[in-house]
Amino acid sequence: MAHGAQTDTTPYVEGVIKKFVLAAVFWGVIGFLAGDFIAWELAFPALNLDLEWTTFGRLRPLHTSAVIFAFGGNILLGTSLFVVQRTSRASLYGGAVLGNIVFWGYQLFIVMAALGYVLGVTQGREYAEPEWFVDLYLTVVWVLYLAVFLGTILKRNEPHIYVANWFYLAFIVTIALLHLGNNMAVPVALMGGDSWIKSYSFFSGVQDAMTQWWYGHNAVGFFLTAGFLGVMYYFVPKQANRPVYSYRLSIVHFWALIFLYIWAGPHHLHYTALPDWTQTLGMVFSIMLWMPSWGGMINGLMTLSGAWDKLRTDPVLRFLVVSVGFYGMSTFEGPMMSIKAVNSLSHYTDWTVGHVHSGALGWVAFVSFGALYYMVPALWKRRSLYSLKLVSLHFWIATIGIVLYITSMWVSGIMQGLMWRAYDELGFLQYSFIESVEAMHPYYIIRATGGVLFVLGALVMVYNFYRTIKGDVREDSPQAAYLGSAAGAQQ
Amino acid sequence: MSIIKHHAKIETNALLLVLGIFVTVIIGGLVEIVPLFTIKNTIEKVEGVRPYTPLELAGRNIYIREGCYNCHSQMVRPFRDELERYGHYSLAAESMYDHPFQWSSKRTGPDLARVGGKYSNEWHRRHLVNPRDVVPESIMPGYPHLMKKELTFNDAAAHMKTLELVGVPYSGIEGALENASADFEAQATPDADQEALLTRYPKAVVGDFDGQPDKITEMDALVAYLQVLGTMVDFTAFDPAAANAIR
Repeated sequence: MAHGAQTDTTPYVEGVIKKFVLAAVFWGVIGFLAGDFIAWELAFPALNLDLEWTTFGRLRPLHTSAVIFAFGGNILLGTSLFVVQRTSRASLYGGAVLGNIVFWGYQLFIVMAALGYVLGVTQGREYAEPEWFVDLYLTVVWVLYLAVFLGTILKRNEPHIYVANWFYLAFIVTIALLHLGNNMAVPVALMGGDSWIKSYSFFSGVQDAMTQWWYGHNAVGFFLTAGFLGVMYYFVPKQANRPVYSYRLSIVHFWALIFLYIWAGPHHLHYTALPDWTQTLGMVFSIMLWMPSWGGMINGLMTLSGAWDKLRTDPVLRFLVVSVGFYGMSTFEGPMMSIKAVNSLSHYTDWTVGHVHSGALGWVAFVSFGALYYMVPALWKRRSLYSLKLVSLHFWIATIGIVLYITSMWVSGIMQGLMWRAYDELGFLQYSFIESVEAMHPYYIIRATGGVLFVLGALVMVYNFYRTIKGDVREDSPQAAYLGSAAGAQQ
Repeated sequence: MSIIKHHAKIETNALLLVLGIFVTVIIGGLVEIVPLFTIKNTIEKVEGVRPYTPLELAGRNIYIREGCYNCHSQMVRPFRDELERYGHYSLAAESMYDHPFQWSSKRTGPDLARVGGKYSNEWHRRHLVNPRDVVPESIMPGYPHLMKKELTFNDAAAHMKTLELVGVPYSGIEGALENASADFEAQATPDADQEALLTRYPKAVVGDFDGQPDKITEMDALVAYLQVLGTMVDFTAFDPAAANAIR
């Protein structure tokens, strides 16, 4: 393992990583707030304000893109460039200049996409809403990012490429492939149209649906999973100060995961006009996907063998470990929901929304928070975080928020699915659609309240980072125990 | 395990690793997507599905712009309750001219695949301006601005030519491109001569959709689009057994 980083003197490029960290925190708060706002819109529709820019339809893509591509993206770009330098014992390829071009280039992509959503510029493809010119622009930024990452690996001073970097590479390469495949479109300007913005997709109907969910599910598979497994494979061992549990398991689960994930898209299209054979393939591969997913979870959790006691004293490690727990839970729930019989109930309901958020909040956000709490003192060369008690507070507020979110969506989703298919004793449909909407109201309030807690937790983190970067240390009681056991893990 | 030993070759060679990743991830997509273009019976052969009129197309673009797919599906599944609630299950052929598809994955509101003809234009207009005027429990946003925004679709022919390029057979409809702007206006003007329009686009719903006869607004276009959804196929002439046998 390439853990020799503590002793080497390679001058890492860190300024740009700091920017990624700050950008991730900034966009994270924006994205969580946007999500919570639209959650309240569903509970109280007056909040749509009858303005075209603030409707749920326009703000929901803003939320999903802000949390996935702005928060998640900055975490992945930042951590990957942090990790690749240390595990390669090499400074960033292209230096600070190329790094900064990638950073500002990516932020501009986010701003272009976000403005587009609010103004109604969209392709109408879930999680791939930006129009053709934003897509082309992102492609250029992405190629530069690949060059920086791969270039750093190529000039490494370690014989082996560390496992975290396999996952980051799979994420970068596959996202490029999916992005290009799914966004093929013809601008109307090409045929003399007045608008230079509007385009029509290459594909239509069935083929378009399959292409979109090949992309959509693997945005989950490679952006939100493979990339963040890269985060797990570096930060869990570092924070626990233990080597990765099993090298063999890493190899097997890496290749199995990336091979199987790509096939899972059709489970978003069960019982639709997509041919049965495609649906069945999607279901079978989704169920198989359970195994490599849990392989990853086991590798992450078992890394703590002999260090479980640290969970009591180290709230940063707690974030990381609980995130892996949520990963295990949602990668069990996912294959279950991909079974056609289960999907016939869950599809189109809030259950799907709850499932996504157990992965997005519990896994992606928590592993990101863990990585951020690790990186901030390391990058700003502080002795420790300002306050571990505040980390602990963040952890508990956010966890309660997630629990409220997931449980309310389970109840509302399953209830919705059951109400839609309920018959009375005379053989008539028992509920009109609007009755099922009405029944959701209390659960939408509970969900949005969970969201408030999640946002509050993030604000606690922002304050903690502000004081840490300022150089303050709050001497609260678990600090001493933590410094004694884990200081060696910090650089 | 020797395979594990050989893995050292991959994890010490970055380019080999990238190549390995690329080959591993490309297989699933190819197997699932390519046959959908080559297997002919992926899309049922049914009568009636036609390209959208210019007004419907403009309406569809508004539907996309407002992100309606975030809450409304356009895909009825073959279940008893859905057949009773929404109508016949959706056929692949019904969205074969949809660039992009709008099947969606969420029903915060009801499915719209067959909403065409279910409600009057008046209902749609009031509902879109303030959904709670007609459905008190609704949580849908209001879209009053659609009434105010006048719509000129001067480049309709360019949009149709773009769609032609990706496979929508507008050139198979005589005069569709030449008369795009005329058709656009005729559909929203009840006292205009509709004959040519209806020859080109059978079953197109004609009318003053927004209740403002002096102008064509985004409301006209969106309601025209909603009113055609799911109405093109004549299901009395559709043989589900034959369609199922090939899928």
